[in-house]
Amino acid sequence: MANIQNNQYFYDSAKRGIPAVDELREVINYRNLILQLVRRDVVARYKRSVLGIAWTMINPLGTMLVLTIAFSQILRFNIPGYPAYVLSGLIAWNFFSQTTTASMVNLVWGGQLLRRIYIPRSSFALAAIGTGVINVLLSLGPLLIIMAVVGLPIKPELLFLPVPLLLLLLFSLGVGLIISTWAVYFPDVAEMYQIVLSAWMYLCPIIYSEEMLPEQMKIWLPSLNPMWGIIKLFRMPIYDGRLPTWEEFWPSLVISLSVLVIGWLLFSLKSDEFAYRI
Amino acid sequence: MNLHTESKLTTPIIQSPGNAITLADVSVRYRVPSERINTFKEYMIRWMQRKITKHDFWALHHVNLTISKGEVFGLVGRNGAGKSTLLKLIARVLRPSQGRVQVVGHVVPLLELGAGFHPELTGRENIYLNGAMLGYTRAQMDEKFPRIIDFSELGEFIESPVRTYSSGMYARLGFAIAVDDQPDILIVDEILGVGDEAFQRKCAVRIEEYRNKGATILLVSHNAALIESTCQKAAWLERGELLAVGSPSEVLNQYRLLQP
Repeated sequence: MANIQNNQYFYDSAKRGIPAVDELREVINYRNLILQLVRRDVVARYKRSVLGIAWTMINPLGTMLVLTIAFSQILRFNIPGYPAYVLSGLIAWNFFSQTTTASMVNLVWGGQLLRRIYIPRSSFALAAIGTGVINVLLSLGPLLIIMAVVGLPIKPELLFLPVPLLLLLLFSLGVGLIISTWAVYFPDVAEMYQIVLSAWMYLCPIIYSEEMLPEQMKIWLPSLNPMWGIIKLFRMPIYDGRLPTWEEFWPSLVISLSVLVIGWLLFSLKSDEFAYRI
Repeated sequence: MNLHTESKLTTPIIQSPGNAITLADVSVRYRVPSERINTFKEYMIRWMQRKITKHDFWALHHVNLTISKGEVFGLVGRNGAGKSTLLKLIARVLRPSQGRVQVVGHVVPLLELGAGFHPELTGRENIYLNGAMLGYTRAQMDEKFPRIIDFSELGEFIESPVRTYSSGMYARLGFAIAVDDQPDILIVDEILGVGDEAFQRKCAVRIEEYRNKGATILLVSHNAALIESTCQKAAWLERGELLAVGSPSEVLNQYRLLQP
């Protein structure tokens, strides 16, 4: 904890406040670092390839195309405007899987930095979320075009999208912090998480809809999988063109906030040890 | 999981206004597993078999040290003596397992310059990124930017990705960012092998300037001659314990006697 007293930096290792609060204060002090890390991620990707930033849009479009051909043409799923349905779900899912993975990978690989200078340890997770938000914004363009192509109306309810995006963001940050704490201790968590992610994706309403679930699964799957409700909420203002009811909204709000609080507490409590471990 | 940090408020402290750095009875303990367990799977198996054993490794042991404001302080010791651990405590990267560390002033560590550079980004972009890592705001960096370019002597290369830089250019840029402002406390870890001779002289001049303006400088080296010629006070660290603190000539005489 470094306080600036009388315009002077003062650090005392024994004056440790509540770790979660200290971490939050440092994040605010270092907000410029988080912005710069987001910039680094975006700019570095832009430079690495000819198409650069376009990949952010092409990648989900490609997956959408494959899934559309597989499920609406071959398996004959009967969901109207299927490409828009898949794409809106995929954008939310990609945000979750990419930001949580990036939080973990950046923390472990950024370890050489954490061992040399002090920066708030949660900077990497927060920067991953920032990069994720930019990716979502960039993929909205192609999504709106696809909606127009399949003949879905674009309604003013779309303006509600920042609210489910916020829930998605809180939940992803919470999960990202929990698994990065874990990955600091055990490097194979990164590998295991990739397997978990691919299974988890099929337990989410991305390529299929809730109506298509078998009766008994309809009861437990949506309530046990926190991403279920979040993806549904994310899709509502886009694909369904409507606002959620309060009953649809509050469970996801409670879950996202709780996961974030747990993740933040756990991460900040353990973060003093990271420099010993990474 | 073990909590390494058990620093107590009760540790006596002697923070007088003239001290820049105070270490009071500081110990750092690393918990080393007796056998390296790398994976979670392995950990779970061992845990169920109750076969996880650990031993303690004390990287620093009851170290008491004060460094006054404006002092040029040298720290000698062999590899593995605990020098880096001590620097990490001061740079607040590590918290002590026991004891208390107090630091008054903004610390700028000159360790492995350019550690946070991204190879694909240009020199310009990396200046802003690295500045943010040192805790500067965007506005502060805008103000520092022209001076940094000037000092680094990179010229038009500032617009090229740093992966195209030579190691000398890389270090020059890192140094220019770190020493642009007068820091209160400067940690110098054998870096003066940076760039060509002219640039090295420039670095030495800059450090000398800061010293004259009252910066506290902590110089870490196993080069005894360098410490003797530049420092006012020195300490010798061996296996995590401070064996001697005092005038550089006394400390180094003892240090040399015990070197093979």
